[in-house]
Amino acid sequence: MSHYLLIESRDPFDSPDTGFVHDLSRKLVEGGHEVTVFLVQNGVLPARPCIHSAALTSLAQAGVKILADDFSLRERGIAASSLIQGVRAAALDVVIDGMAGGAKLIWH
Amino acid sequence: MAERKTLTFAVMDPPFETARSTTLLRLLDIAVRRGHNINVFAYEGAVYLPFALQKAHPNPAHGRNAEEENHVLTKDLIAAVMATAERAGTKFDWVNCGMCVDERGADQAIPGVRRGSPADLLKMAQESDNTLVIGTR
Repeated sequence: MSHYLLIESRDPFDSPDTGFVHDLSRKLVEGGHEVTVFLVQNGVLPARPCIHSAALTSLAQAGVKILADDFSLRERGIAASSLIQGVRAAALDVVIDGMAGGAKLIWH
Repeated sequence: MAERKTLTFAVMDPPFETARSTTLLRLLDIAVRRGHNINVFAYEGAVYLPFALQKAHPNPAHGRNAEEENHVLTKDLIAAVMATAERAGTKFDWVNCGMCVDERGADQAIPGVRRGSPADLLKMAQESDNTLVIGTR
């Protein structure tokens, strides 16, 4: 089993291809891998209640760990307490820890 | 400190334009503070990140002089990360793609930046514990 760390910097309001990360992470989890999706920059926008947030909650329910960069949240005025179910705030340190720990990374 | 690793980052975004540059610098800061060895391969517009001739400027629209504006320059942030690495005794290797530098006239980088080619990125990645390519759109 491998640990995959998928870094999503795009938001679904602006980029029609954010489904790539959703599809890939779901398939990786189904394949028995550990998957973390780390939302950063505008990628944190669907982590607040909105038309796109259901897709993230569904992903979390499938077994994908979903984290949102706390700095990106603060920059955009999104309180960590307001995040949707299945997403929690985390520091960017997660990425460095993942790299050091041998996770397989993809920046999107 | 956790076990020291060697981490490589590849970036192609220029300064002052996208959040990716900011995220890269945040990642480098965290990695260096954690005592990891760092390689950076900058290509395309990213060769301007450590450009030595960057200058802070005033902001007339907001009525602020240069000191009040306190404009953040990426070359200063990179120099600070390099200094942190030096104090910690860790390796910090920043390579600017030479062809990208030439076509942009960006050959005046801060000390510690060296000129290279994509072959350096391959070597860095081969010799690293992990590599993150921050792709653009």
